[in-house]
Amino acid sequence: MTITLFIPCFVDLMFPNVGVSMVQVLERLGHRVICPEEIACCGQPAFNSGYWEEARTVAVNVLRRLKDAEAIVIASGSCGAMLKKFYPELFAGTDHASAAQALAGKCHEFSDFLVSRLGVTDLGARFPARVTFHDGCHGLRELGIKKPPRILLSHVRDLQLTEMAEAETCCGFGGTFATKFPMISTVMGEVKCASAEATGADYIVSNDSSCLMHLDGLLRRQGKKLKTIHLAEILAQK
Amino acid sequence: MTAPARQFLDQARLMAGDLPRRQRIQEAVGKHRTARANSQSGFQDWPAARQAAAETKWEAINHLDRYLEEFVRRLEARGVKVHWAGTGAQAQDIIVGIAREKKARRLIKSKSMTSEEIHLNDALERAGFEVVESDLGEFIVQLRHEPPYHIVMPAMHLTRGDIGELFARKLGTRPTDVPEELVKIARRVMRGEYLAADIGITGANFAIAETGMISITENEGNARLTAALPKVMISLLGIEKILPRLEDLALFLPMLATAGTGQPLSCYNTMYGGPRQPGEPDGPEEFHVVLLDNGRTELLADAEQREALQCIRCGACLYACPVFRSIGGHTYATTYSGPIGSVITPHMRGLQDWKHLSAASSLCGACAETCPVKIDLHHHLLRNRRNGAKEKPDVLEQLAYRLFAFLVNRPGWYRWSKKIARAVQPAHGVVKGTPLDPAQAWTRTRELPPVARQTFKEWWRRRR
Repeated sequence: MTITLFIPCFVDLMFPNVGVSMVQVLERLGHRVICPEEIACCGQPAFNSGYWEEARTVAVNVLRRLKDAEAIVIASGSCGAMLKKFYPELFAGTDHASAAQALAGKCHEFSDFLVSRLGVTDLGARFPARVTFHDGCHGLRELGIKKPPRILLSHVRDLQLTEMAEAETCCGFGGTFATKFPMISTVMGEVKCASAEATGADYIVSNDSSCLMHLDGLLRRQGKKLKTIHLAEILAQK
Repeated sequence: MTAPARQFLDQARLMAGDLPRRQRIQEAVGKHRTARANSQSGFQDWPAARQAAAETKWEAINHLDRYLEEFVRRLEARGVKVHWAGTGAQAQDIIVGIAREKKARRLIKSKSMTSEEIHLNDALERAGFEVVESDLGEFIVQLRHEPPYHIVMPAMHLTRGDIGELFARKLGTRPTDVPEELVKIARRVMRGEYLAADIGITGANFAIAETGMISITENEGNARLTAALPKVMISLLGIEKILPRLEDLALFLPMLATAGTGQPLSCYNTMYGGPRQPGEPDGPEEFHVVLLDNGRTELLADAEQREALQCIRCGACLYACPVFRSIGGHTYATTYSGPIGSVITPHMRGLQDWKHLSAASSLCGACAETCPVKIDLHHHLLRNRRNGAKEKPDVLEQLAYRLFAFLVNRPGWYRWSKKIARAVQPAHGVVKGTPLDPAQAWTRTRELPPVARQTFKEWWRRRR
């Protein structure tokens, strides 16, 4: 299968290894991976801030570039939800409505794609560490992805997964919310980190780099030992 | 920035820093979560129950005209005086008018968020009447001259010690933090008030069109006494409280109790259909029902967001909301706080003044997930944001997004902007965390991840 990667702007800029890991994992499974360079962002920051006209400008470009893709795989539940759930609303009643609907059907969050679409659960990865999993809200509630990342982690050698009490509680990132209401965002993140720390884990794992960027920023500022890592980076480990 | 937005930001900053209070709220939320899960497991099929409830309320609000007429006709047939109030001020005038006409001096009121919405106590007190809240939580916050903290748990922010101290100060009782003692004190005060009150005011949980009855659900028995003892009863309710059929209560009463307090059913569930009928030994001699619009028909006219009128005021979305847990109820400065308050307040009190509440959300969706009547709460926040920006864009923010859209759609330009970001990054260290830092909203509490030495796209290019 030819798989088109959708690399979110912040993954490209700050977490390239997440994308590299996805390429490795998918190529090892024998698929052809392509990545259109002309796409930089899904437009979610503008959309979430209420500037739908500006979001459409960005999203139209995405629609056009991904028109002929066979399957689109996204490293983030948040951008995934944007393409899959919010594009149809963003373009409802416009000339692009049917294109947005068609695109939505071809988009997959990375872990869900592996497990539900490809039927792959064991990638032969090895990662000797104790981890806890953070459900990104968009992946969990907009896309309904709860089990796939856990199934994948359960097959990683030497990895021990301990669930935290607040696994499904928002980490407080929320895109522009994190800078518009930094004090609320920060205390939400602190609740999350405390819950993760209580499991004794070495890493918070998630399928969304945006949540991890926020949590990692808090943990590093506070000098904690707890680290963060994207699911794809674990799955690529040998 | 509008005054309510500025006040919200200041208060949120203060409250987020109040760790003991946050822990208290977190504890209350934890207890609710356990109780609710327990009670919810009593439903054979909770998702189906939610679906049925959502459909029933949807049907009710889409045919409000018909159901309200039916409701009123049946009430009037039993001698109830029905009043229609377009605004909060009109509802105040109607109720103050009744109190004057009856030459009342004292009024007693059971829990009613709708009365909070129209600031009824203030209006009555201004007109020279005395009003006492008979719900324990409401009684406590009334003594503190505060609005309720939470739709269902008005005093959830206070400890037993706080309440004992308040009673000692206001009622002259011996300080105590024993719950039973506190309840006894409140009961002693309240019993006298029931007997002295000339008028009892209640809200309503549901208004049954089919039978012309008001359903009130409660745990203290105070609403029953409020309704039954005084000679005159007034019920104030929003027009969206309608349920089509009596049998709908079989679903809605346990659902409201489950979502609101984690009980399988509230302790007292009572129906009120009219004043004392000939031959009946008790009940009020006169019964007034005040039906309030106050912006509800405007929300009804909004096809996209009208489902917000399905709300049964259970408060579940407040418990579920991590923002509410971080900043508490009073920070919102609205009658209805939490996610539902953020959705409907802009419709009731003006979008531009209250749109900041819709922005103050991470859009996590825990509210919509927990809502028993399936209101798409967090997506309505998105729609409020869109409507707010469309009606009155923030010029700078809009410009930023236009620039951003221009840049990301031009691969060459965008590539260069990334290179520039990487080049200027070392300079950021000099101002990081200071007021000069353009990213200070982030860096004050968090580290910013560095721009990668090689971005993914650069890696990809090189690889090919």
